[in-house]
Order: sequence, then C-alpha cells, then structure tokens
Amino acid sequence: MKPSRTSQFFTYLLAVVVSVCCIAPLAWTAFASIAKQSDIVAKPARWWPSELYLDRYREILFNPDSSVGSAFRAALMNSLVVGASTVAISMAVGILGAYAFARLNFPFRRTTLMVFLVTYMLPQISLLIPLYMILNQLGLLDTKLGLILVNTSLVVPFTLWILSNYFMTIPKELEEAARIDGTTRLGALFRIILPSARPGIFAAVMFSFLLAWDEFMYALIFTATDASKTIPVAISEFAGRYTTDFGLVAAGGLIAAIPPVIIALVFQRQIVSGLAAGAVKG
Amino acid sequence: MAGSIAAAPPRKRKRRNGERRLAFWLLLPAILAVFGIILYPLYRTVLISLFEVKSAVAVDPPFIGLGNFQEALSSPGLWSATGRTLYFTLVSTGIELVLGFLVAWLLNKKFRGRWIVQALIILPWALPTIVNAAMWKGIYNAQYGALNGLLSQLGLIDQYQVWLADPFLSLNLVIIADAWKTTPLVAIFLLAGLTAIPSEIYEAARVDRAGPIRSFFSMTLPLLAPSIALVLVLRTVEAIKVFDIIYAMTRGGPANGTQTISYYAYVTAFSEQNYGLGSAIALIVLLIVLVLSTVYLRLMRRSEMSML
Repeated sequence: MKPSRTSQFFTYLLAVVVSVCCIAPLAWTAFASIAKQSDIVAKPARWWPSELYLDRYREILFNPDSSVGSAFRAALMNSLVVGASTVAISMAVGILGAYAFARLNFPFRRTTLMVFLVTYMLPQISLLIPLYMILNQLGLLDTKLGLILVNTSLVVPFTLWILSNYFMTIPKELEEAARIDGTTRLGALFRIILPSARPGIFAAVMFSFLLAWDEFMYALIFTATDASKTIPVAISEFAGRYTTDFGLVAAGGLIAAIPPVIIALVFQRQIVSGLAAGAVKG
Repeated sequence: MAGSIAAAPPRKRKRRNGERRLAFWLLLPAILAVFGIILYPLYRTVLISLFEVKSAVAVDPPFIGLGNFQEALSSPGLWSATGRTLYFTLVSTGIELVLGFLVAWLLNKKFRGRWIVQALIILPWALPTIVNAAMWKGIYNAQYGALNGLLSQLGLIDQYQVWLADPFLSLNLVIIADAWKTTPLVAIFLLAGLTAIPSEIYEAARVDRAGPIRSFFSMTLPLLAPSIALVLVLRTVEAIKVFDIIYAMTRGGPANGTQTISYYAYVTAFSEQNYGLGSAIALIVLLIVLVLSTVYLRLMRRSEMSML
C-alpha cells in the first residue's frame, strides 16, 4: 500500500524540522567560533561571518605564549591520557569478569552481576565527599592517576554488562572443541572468545571512551591545576570566565566535541544497534 | 539440585571447585574496582553523615547521630531543591518522551534522506554535556545570544531580553538545553521498540478500519510499553542526579532558581565546607533514586506479567 501524498508531505516536513533543530544550535556555535567579535555582537544579529577569522583556533591550538591556549592544550592531553587509560583498564577488568559471568558457574552469579549494574544508579554525589578525603590522604588529588581510578569505577559496570551479554551469544561449542584439544580456559578466552567477540569489544571500547571523555563531577572536584584538569573542566571554566568572548568558548567546545562526534558518526550503526539491543533486551 | 551435588563423583566436584576458584580470580579486579571505589566510599558517606564534619581532614569530629538529617529535612532549601529536581525530572522526561517518540516514528518510516536525519540526531547525543551547556549559555546570552537575535529579527520581541535572570524561566531554559541533548537517545531506544513491531499488525488494523489514533493507543503504545518503561527509568534516574549542566550553565542561580538537589548537596559540602550535612543530603538524593527505581521496576514487572 502506498502512503498518501499528504502523509508523505508531513513526513518530509517533520524530517526537515528535526534536522534543523539538531543542526541550528551547532551551526550558530560554529559561526561564533570563526566570526569576528563585531559579527557576533552585531545588531541586528548576523548569521554569516563577514570574514573568516581563525585567530581563536590558532590561539588555543598553537600559540605557546597564550595562557588560555596552554591551559586548553594541557586539558586536551589530560583528557586523552585519562580517557585512554580508563578504557584500557576497564576493558581488561571487564573482559576477565565478563568471561566469568558468561561461562563459569559459581554461587550468586546473577546477584553479583545485578550488584554491579545497580552501582550505575548510584548518584556520583553520594560518593564524592569520601572519595575526596581518600584521594587527599593518598596524595592523589589533582593527579591523572586519581582520576583514572575513579573513572574506572564508573566504566567497569558498563564493560562488564556489554561484554558478558556479548560473550553469551558466542556458541559454547567453539570453545569446547578447543578445550578438548587441551587449551586452558584462559587460552580459550584469548584465542576463541576474544577474536569472535570483536564487535562487542569494539562497542565497549567506544562507550567507555565516550563515558570517560564526558565525565565532569569527579574531574571538577578532584583536579585543581593543568596537571590533571580535563577538557570538560576547562570548557566550564572558559564558559564562566570569558562570558563576553563567546567565540573562544565556541572554538574550544567544538574542538572538545570532535573526538566523540567522529566516533559517533563513524560507528553510528554499531552504536545504534548496541543501544537498540540493550533496549529490546531491557 | 542439592542432592545431585552431594551425589556428584569426586572428579566432577573438583572441576566445579576449580571453576569457582577461577571465577573468583577473574572477577577480583572488577570487585576491587567497583567495591573499593563505590561501595566502600558509600559506607564512608553514611559514616560522615552521622558526624559533624566541617573539614576534609577533620580529626575526631563529634558524633551527632541523625542530627545532619534533622537539619537537612528542616531546612527549606532542601525542600525547594527537591521540588525543583522533581519538576526538572518530570518536565524534561516528558518532553524527551514525546519528542523522542516523534523522531522514532519518523525514522521508522521509509523516505529519501532518512540516513541524513539519523546521522544528524546522533550529533546532540555525542556532544559532551559541558560543551552543550556552554553552547546553550551562549544562545541564551542577553547581549549576543542567538535566541535574542532570532526572536527580534522575527519581530517577536522589541528588545533583547535577559533570559537567565528569572529563576523559574531559567529552570525551563535549562530543561530545553538538556532535552535537546538527550531526546536522540530516547528516540533511538523507542525506534528499536518500533522496528520490533511487525507491520502485519497495522495491516490487520487497516482491514478492521481502525483509525490512526485508535491503532496508536490500542496497538503501538501497549506494544511499545517495555521500551517506554526502560527509557523512563533511565531518564528519570539521570534527571534526578542532574548536576553537570546546572553547574556549567547557571551555577544554581539566579536566586537558587536552578539549584537541584545534587547541586545543593555539592554547595553544602564543598562551598560551605559542611561535609556531614552535605553527606546527609547526598544520601537523601540516593534514597530518592532508589525508591523511584524500585517503584518503576515493580510496575514494569507487573505490566510484563499482565501482558503475559
């Protein structure tokens, strides 16, 4: 049955409205990042730069004498280090644990998995105060190591969940054949399970990185200097300090958005189907 | 089951013990990470909430029992922050559900350029929360914000408005900023539910001459109920915990108009240096989240049972 012409019209109308709503705020932010200040504050408002003005990007990315630039670059590096380390540790921890949940029989298996999942519901604020005191005692305040540790605790429940679900979909027979040939359980995990779980591992890596890159509350409280401040903290400071220079905030914000946006667009299908699988399984 | 364990030959039992030991070692890192950095601190929060702790390095603070909870519950600040948090949760989740369903319904249709819309709705979701907050703070700005520029060019306002000056209006503007970022996630979840509904059902409805409105309420909605319930739980829990966007957009202002309960706990602990009271408030946040998610889970289980 063919859809009627009016219903087609409304479909396209809605498609245009949705697209414009998604893109308009971002487009204006991009405009502000490459427009001169006089264009941004012009009245009536301008929507197109009178000339391409890239000084802000130059300042925050390359200028060695600019304090804004060096703070931003330090934060970018910190976020990359903290993000990559968090992902690496969480994946290692998650793969081992997920194998136990997917393949081994032990008492309280379901309960343990539920406890891990429920920790996701806990508000970070309810852990913030003692974590601050503990990190202070350990001398880990304002260090990347401290942030990596606390971020790992946020990410591990996710990797455990995604990976154990994925491992369960891999037929047991594959592994049993290898085990009969004398491979140990761990050998089977590395030689049989991991290669066939590549899509699941991939999805877990992506989600972990997005989570770590976006983390704000711990970073806000546990960092103080360029030694460990991450990108979200730097951007929120920009937005608080340079309220009159929105172009600078916009440029920094868009650079900070590049890694997650690229990941999301390139791996769109995996992310959508990963989320969808979770939704259907519910 | 118990009988079979006792009757199991020694060799099998040995294997089972080996399996348990292996499971323990494999799970140990995860247990250390999650219990050490989540459950142990949670226990410390409970302890701190029972003492009058006014410094991060306090030695031997006085024990005051439930004094902090008493103080929290008798302060009007907590109640208004709770009210604002519930308003934020209700309105943002509501907007996201309605708009998210609309987008999911659109993406479930076949039309040219569908992939473009799907790629575009991923963008707000992928944008870091703090960047989103900074962006909307700029859009709402009184001097150069796009909202003022747009509305005055459309002739809807005579002069530029200071949008983030009114407490209640600010709360709603933060909700819009939050909904812009999170609606795509809701849409993706609901889309997954929609694609799982077989199209034959709709054809059958058309044969029965059920109108679009009736088929929406009597078929789509009930079949989508599990997806809706899941989204509702996820978004409600996230919304009650809301902190990041508040901090970056308004710092709880103006006149505490956007101070949610998490933000209130943060201010009490880290600005007023009252860690005991802050912990008590943080535990109240936790309690609200736990109560709501238990209620949801109960309702979900019941609706699943009735569907069976």
